[in-house]
Amino acid sequence: MTTPTWAQLAYLVAAVCFILALKGLSSPRTARRGNLVGAVGAVLALVTVFVAGFAFGTLRHLVPILVALVIGLAVGAVGARRVKMTQMPQLVALFNGVGGGAAAIVAVIEVGELLGREAGPGRLVALVAGGFTIVVGSVSLSGSVVTFAKLQELMTTRPVVFPGYRPVYAPALVVTVVCTVLLVVRPSLWLALVLVALGLLLGVLLVLPVGGADVPIVISLLNAFTGLTVAASGYVLGNTLLLVAGTLVGAAGTLLTLLMARAMGRSVANTLFGALSGTSTLGGGTVSDRPVRSAGPADVAIMLGYADRVIIVPGYGLAVAQAQHTLRQLVDVLISRGTRVDYAIHPVAGRMPGHMNVLLAEAQVPYEQLKEMTEINPEFAQTDVVLVVGANDVVNPAARTDPSAPIYGMPVLDVVEARQVVFMKRSMRPGFAGIENALLFEPTTTLLFGDAKDTMGKLLAEVKAL
Amino acid sequence: MSSGLVWLTILVLSVFVGIEVISKVSSTLHTPLMSGANAIHGVILIGAVLVAGSATSTPVLVLALIAVLLAAINISGGFVVTDRMLRMFVRRRPELPGPGQETGTATGTATGTTPGSPTGRDPR
Repeated sequence: MTTPTWAQLAYLVAAVCFILALKGLSSPRTARRGNLVGAVGAVLALVTVFVAGFAFGTLRHLVPILVALVIGLAVGAVGARRVKMTQMPQLVALFNGVGGGAAAIVAVIEVGELLGREAGPGRLVALVAGGFTIVVGSVSLSGSVVTFAKLQELMTTRPVVFPGYRPVYAPALVVTVVCTVLLVVRPSLWLALVLVALGLLLGVLLVLPVGGADVPIVISLLNAFTGLTVAASGYVLGNTLLLVAGTLVGAAGTLLTLLMARAMGRSVANTLFGALSGTSTLGGGTVSDRPVRSAGPADVAIMLGYADRVIIVPGYGLAVAQAQHTLRQLVDVLISRGTRVDYAIHPVAGRMPGHMNVLLAEAQVPYEQLKEMTEINPEFAQTDVVLVVGANDVVNPAARTDPSAPIYGMPVLDVVEARQVVFMKRSMRPGFAGIENALLFEPTTTLLFGDAKDTMGKLLAEVKAL
Repeated sequence: MSSGLVWLTILVLSVFVGIEVISKVSSTLHTPLMSGANAIHGVILIGAVLVAGSATSTPVLVLALIAVLLAAINISGGFVVTDRMLRMFVRRRPELPGPGQETGTATGTATGTTPGSPTGRDPR
């Protein structure tokens, strides 16, 4: 497949756009512009492939391709516009999965093409890259589907390890490597399809034992995987843009995965295999019947209304209940009464790093009220009331004190230090990590049961009436 | 230089560029950055279009068209959802035209603890 020089240059411009996009996205001031630059690069690349193909007559089946393209673009754009912000992480996972699937399909077709080509070092490297893409692309596809199911809570968010897990995992890995080598040595379409099946199996096995709270790290890792498959496809297809773009995403995605894992106090290996080696306890998800203290909205309103210093700890449950707007009104009333109020944002509050900032920004919470964990943690000891709304694991003191807890080592908000804690909860159900929160049983903790939005409305009315 | 070496050179340089450009990201932007990178690898769409355009049999064409469809979902959805996320951060600055102009003074450190502006909305 020869590409004309002007098209090569256009691809180079597109590649530069992608570099500038990543650069822009890593700084808040330029993030949105960066994303737009990336989109411009993508459009340029797409126009180039069609114009070059049309001009040189190398692109057949133009009509069906355009139809598939338009449908795909529309589905993606509409899905991205319609999705609720709370469900955005699983949508990103799905987008990543379909990208990996596309790469795997392209690789299978290319391996089929390579069969007819003369053996030689060029074909050998192309087959290695093709085999890699088939396996890793399939892993990315099925792994992303499982992360989607976990985030959408179609299946349990707790780590899943079945009795025959280890006896299946290791051999599947070995067989995959052997088949990939075989594909390179004696290529056949049949082997390529076996590799697809093995990749799909490995993807499921890779993600099943990952606990719900660690899912974002895995999405980021699979994202990096897909990037690498795109890079390998670029080599096989002789397209520099795919090589550069894929490698960029692979490298940036790997670093991002490590940064995310560090923000959560986890190692990537522990995230993936913790449940297997037993360092992540699978038990402890049962609801205990230890006594707790609960109160009604009127009591909590008095606590809040006469406090000098209040910190709000918002979590995913807040967004699910769509209570963030009412919460903002409550905070506004408290501030007008002279109370100092801030929001404490855990780095992984919500379902992804930065997710909570997005959700609160949507509710027009002023940015200066959002405090990062390291900034606010020393202040909890001087705080009269901490209101925890829909958060759970990120305030669990067990992460500091109990080495047997699955979240042990994760940095948490020091809510337990505060004079009083009000926990707004729907039920005694454990959080996303599937473990019980020791904070609930502290003598300083008061529980306020009910739907977050409903209860928040009552609380707002009571505070206004003070 | 043989073409294989040229490819290797591009690969290695791209790895360094990829690591370098995002090494200073603040934790607030982890999610949009992941989503943006996710959109960029949707460029596999170009590869899918190329193989579909050179397909010589119907099964290959059908497979390639599925790849085009999936990759198109990846690339358009990726950029749109990233933009939606980022729009949330800049909405409350109506007095400033366009996104992100003078909306932050610092760009966040590697640990993401710069109090000023990880979302680009300084108090004014």
